[in-house]
Amino acid sequence: MSPATIFDIGLAVLVLGVAAWTILVRDTFAAVVSFVVYGLLVALVWVRLSAVDVALTEAAIGSGVTGMLLLGAAARLRPAEAGATPPSALICASAAGLCTLIAMGLAATTLILPDPAPTLAPAAMAGLPASGLGNPVTGVLFVYRALDTLLEKVVLVLALVGVWSLAADEEWGGTPEISATRQPDGILTFLAQLLPPVGIVLAIYMFWVGADHPGGAFQGGALLTAMWLLVLMAGVRTAPATGLVALRLVIVAGPVIFLAIGFAGFAWADGFLSYPAGYAKPLIVIAEAALTLSIGVTLGLLALGPRRCMASAPPPSWASGCSASSPARSCYAKFWPSM
Amino acid sequence: MTLGLDLFTVLAVSAGCLFFIAGTVGLLRFPDTLTRLHALTKADNLGLGLVVLGLLPQSAGMLGALKLVCVWLIAQVSSAVVSQVIAGAIRDKGHES
Repeated sequence: MSPATIFDIGLAVLVLGVAAWTILVRDTFAAVVSFVVYGLLVALVWVRLSAVDVALTEAAIGSGVTGMLLLGAAARLRPAEAGATPPSALICASAAGLCTLIAMGLAATTLILPDPAPTLAPAAMAGLPASGLGNPVTGVLFVYRALDTLLEKVVLVLALVGVWSLAADEEWGGTPEISATRQPDGILTFLAQLLPPVGIVLAIYMFWVGADHPGGAFQGGALLTAMWLLVLMAGVRTAPATGLVALRLVIVAGPVIFLAIGFAGFAWADGFLSYPAGYAKPLIVIAEAALTLSIGVTLGLLALGPRRCMASAPPPSWASGCSASSPARSCYAKFWPSM
Repeated sequence: MTLGLDLFTVLAVSAGCLFFIAGTVGLLRFPDTLTRLHALTKADNLGLGLVVLGLLPQSAGMLGALKLVCVWLIAQVSSAVVSQVIAGAIRDKGHES
């Protein structure tokens, strides 16, 4: 066995072990931390499969941003969790059975593929030079399947609107709260002043290099998010009000510019989302630049969440059935009385 | 010359791995959070530093070497800050676990 094979086997065992731990561990916080570790290990697996673009996305989005969202959720669930009854054995068994079924289905599908597996890779590579791009992944995302990419960005904006909708009516458009303790001499303030310039340059590099090498708008955007959240958590700057027109313009700028380029395809090329010959790459770079900024801001706002009820504010109308002692629990009971 | 550089790489990366192993053992075996942090910083600073140092002769040109050093510096800064933040949180809460 070559050292690479031994490494791969070790990596696979580690991924499975961490996955099992993520499911089995009882504490929510421990499960989230374990999930983040799992994501980073899966990113290593993608690197071993020579899919560096996917590895970067997995590390940035699958592990980083999702981990941040889950940590926020775990923190908010904590008060409700103490008194919650664990799900019944039947629910646990059905969930485990369904997950096993899906995993076995995926494994079977992978194993019964003919060898070599059917692939469009040669055809994709053959058409790539016409777009002026060097990275086939970016080619797929912005040339062959541009519609999917466009819809993906729109979904991100819709998700943010959904999160904001969770705020009470009177809080709509308010500033998301973040538990920042401003310490001018604190170490976090030092990091929040030192790291962002480096991180922003790296994010721009990642988006720019995405045309020819692994990288792209999503990875660059996630890095921007990390820098922004660091600055907010250190209390160096405050979060903007979600009702701010300029902020909303930045959020929709990426999808709108991409959509405009798509519609312009009717005028200067064959149809929706097609690029005029010779101008594909500059147009894609323009769309990606706007998308990077939009993604960075949107992901950051997703992590910040909606504006939460103030302790002093009257409870919102939908929560009128909640008691003051454990609001989350009783809301839960209100919507699912049988549980 | 190449042999000498390769030998240097093997020695430095092995020494780096040794620090990572020592750090992991410390993380698992040390009794409280502060000592465990102490073990982790050894892996981050010296372990990663030695691995990067060992890989420098193998890097593709000056730019590759510069990127490796940047990776080490950024890991260094973030590990130092995270240790401080965790230690500060322990001090504020007044308990160790």
